[in-house]
Amino acid sequence: MDVILFTFFALVAIVGAVSLVLQKHPISSALSLVSVMVALAVLFLLLGAEFIAAAQLVVYSGAIMVLFVFVIMLLNAGAERESRKGGLAQFLGLPLTAILLVFASYVITQSMSNAKAVKFGAFTGGGPREVGWELFTRYLLPFEVTSILILIAIAGAVVLARKEID
Amino acid sequence: MSQLLPPEFFTATVPLNAYLILSAILFAIGACGFMFRKNIITIYMCIELMLNAVNLSFVTFSYQFGKVDGQIYSFFVMVVAAAEAAVGLAIILTIFRNRGTLQIDEIDTLKN
Repeated sequence: MDVILFTFFALVAIVGAVSLVLQKHPISSALSLVSVMVALAVLFLLLGAEFIAAAQLVVYSGAIMVLFVFVIMLLNAGAERESRKGGLAQFLGLPLTAILLVFASYVITQSMSNAKAVKFGAFTGGGPREVGWELFTRYLLPFEVTSILILIAIAGAVVLARKEID
Repeated sequence: MSQLLPPEFFTATVPLNAYLILSAILFAIGACGFMFRKNIITIYMCIELMLNAVNLSFVTFSYQFGKVDGQIYSFFVMVVAAAEAAVGLAIILTIFRNRGTLQIDEIDTLKN
């Protein structure tokens, strides 16, 4: 069962990611990204991260993607036009990314020789209770600093997006 | 149900490396999109895809070590991504209002 669930949702994630890159219209890209995020939420659940899976659905595929779709609609963004060549990235981008991928896979398979096998239900320390406990004891300072970050982000977004007053 | 299917169907496990390699694949696809696409909103979505791929790595390592710390990191990544989305989309709005385009190769005032 684990193998089937992992294979299915990993394929959904990869197909969605490829579709995100290949689609010409931003709305199609946004919907592909939503499918990737939902598939990743299921994979988080398989890894025992219940709280992160829920947060992934609510924060990412809920709030952030709604913001994206909202901006795409607001700007009435049409299909991407073909434009002049991008120079160096056009020729070196694909080979360099392939090298990065092969190297990363090599390092992963070499260094993770003592890796566990993933079985759904084997790790139960990812519920809201455990995450909340860690967040408000050991990670209290980063958590509070995050609130300042969000405050700055709100102020920045309001200042950047406001209309100029003559 | 359990008579129809072999018992390995219910006990088979996925190697942890498969999750890490999936994360690397998603990151590479996101990096490709970042380099090849010209629409600023699509580029932005590729960045979100890369952040998501890194989140998957964090949660996988959290499983490997049996600790919740990796999940806390991915929680912070989500918070930063949300803040970044708000500010970044505001910047995109401002660029569109001032230049009337979303193609990044037409926004080249600093070039030359």
